[in-house]
Amino acid sequence: MGSAMTQIQRPVAVLDYGGGNVHSCHKAFVRAGMDARIISTPDELEGMAAIVVPGQGHFRQVMEAFDHSGFRAPLLSAAAAGTPIFGICVGMQMLLDASEEAPGVAGLGLLPGTVRRFEPAPGAEKVPHMGWNSIDKVGDSPLLRNLFCPAYTYFVHSYYVPLDVEADAGAITEYGVPFWSVLSQGNIHATQFHPEKSGEVGLAILRRFKEQVLG
Amino acid sequence: MLTKRIIPCLDVQNGRVVKNVRFFENHRDAGDPLLLAQEYERQQADELVFYDITATHEGRKLMLDVAAQVAEAVLMPLTVGGGVGSVADFRELLLAGADKISVNSSAVKNPQLIREASDHFGAQCVVLSIDAKRRAAGHAQGDGWNVYVGGGRVDTGLDLLAWAEQGQRLGAGELCLNIMDADGTRAGFDLEATRLVSRSVDLPVIASGGAGKLDDFYDVLTEGAADAALAASVFHFGELTVNTVKADLKRRGLNVRPAWADQ
Repeated sequence: MGSAMTQIQRPVAVLDYGGGNVHSCHKAFVRAGMDARIISTPDELEGMAAIVVPGQGHFRQVMEAFDHSGFRAPLLSAAAAGTPIFGICVGMQMLLDASEEAPGVAGLGLLPGTVRRFEPAPGAEKVPHMGWNSIDKVGDSPLLRNLFCPAYTYFVHSYYVPLDVEADAGAITEYGVPFWSVLSQGNIHATQFHPEKSGEVGLAILRRFKEQVLG
Repeated sequence: MLTKRIIPCLDVQNGRVVKNVRFFENHRDAGDPLLLAQEYERQQADELVFYDITATHEGRKLMLDVAAQVAEAVLMPLTVGGGVGSVADFRELLLAGADKISVNSSAVKNPQLIREASDHFGAQCVVLSIDAKRRAAGHAQGDGWNVYVGGGRVDTGLDLLAWAEQGQRLGAGELCLNIMDADGTRAGFDLEATRLVSRSVDLPVIASGGAGKLDDFYDVLTEGAADAALAASVFHFGELTVNTVKADLKRRGLNVRPAWADQ
């Protein structure tokens, strides 16, 4: 980008609501060329180009921490106004209505559906699903546009977003069952894997978020 | 398809990597954890383990700096172990940037540490590391392996399989298995013990201790039924690189994470 043509890029919010360490996530968005900011109070969300929802741990604890931080209402109104949202790992699962991990706990409800658990069974795959697995594109998610596949990304999770959740496009990964590993639906985007732990592939996906979604 | 992982392990003392990292020894910063982490990232390592062998409080603080530096610079999972004895230790290291924490002796001493850490931070970040040795012929407990602590000096009397299963019940997310009869011998991983543990738990199992040649990795990931293989000196001496190990595994039909470049 030539300096004369440089547009002022609005910052990207990486939410710190007490749901775990957000520093490596923040750093990865910076490395991908975004002005990422760690945001820990709702009033700092004003003027942000996009909102990143990281998450790790138990669905109930993560949702409770999220609600306690006061982010629910401003996140939902930003999403309704068209602001791009990017959920990562449990942050992806939080975008649904609910999770089998914590029945009765309300997710953010941006994507209708329920997060399911991998069923450990004799001879079945081990739980958690941990390590590098391949993603296969379905449709044309801006996060994956012209991304060479098969690409491998780093997963660590025991729950997943099932394919009955509606999406415009994304990627599917198989682990005993097929599930959404990348999902794009309107201005809502998410990855079940950790792009910030997925080497060059992760960085390439974050760069596409910047170029194809934020523009 | 989920790939088999290859994991280099580095010992850290007072914030510096120690013990024979020979492929780097002509480098003026041979003990710099950051440079070594970046080198292993270039070699397509799937994860990194830093094991803190520092005995002092000051040295422990330096380990937090190491975790923070490495986590910011490399885009791969980072496990830290050594001297972790409390939920507070977990919290410090996770906030510094570690993705997983491994516990060993402290978990034997206080098994509830596994439960507490798993409840607080999720099973995905609790690695139960187990040192074990085969019981001598004629041992009262019969054939099998016992769990050791204190760097292999103290026999806890715990049976390896029983402890692995208990670790799973308590909420560990992964097991790292070091069979000490094989450790440092370069004679290969203990396939029998690794297979038995891997079949008796539903958790991913990392085999550790004994890697000396390409066949050892293939054998433990197939016959040994391990999900990942961890090695130290064979990589640090530069005898094998992570790349050469993965190329060999791929040639023999195992699924490994390939090199990748953006278009």
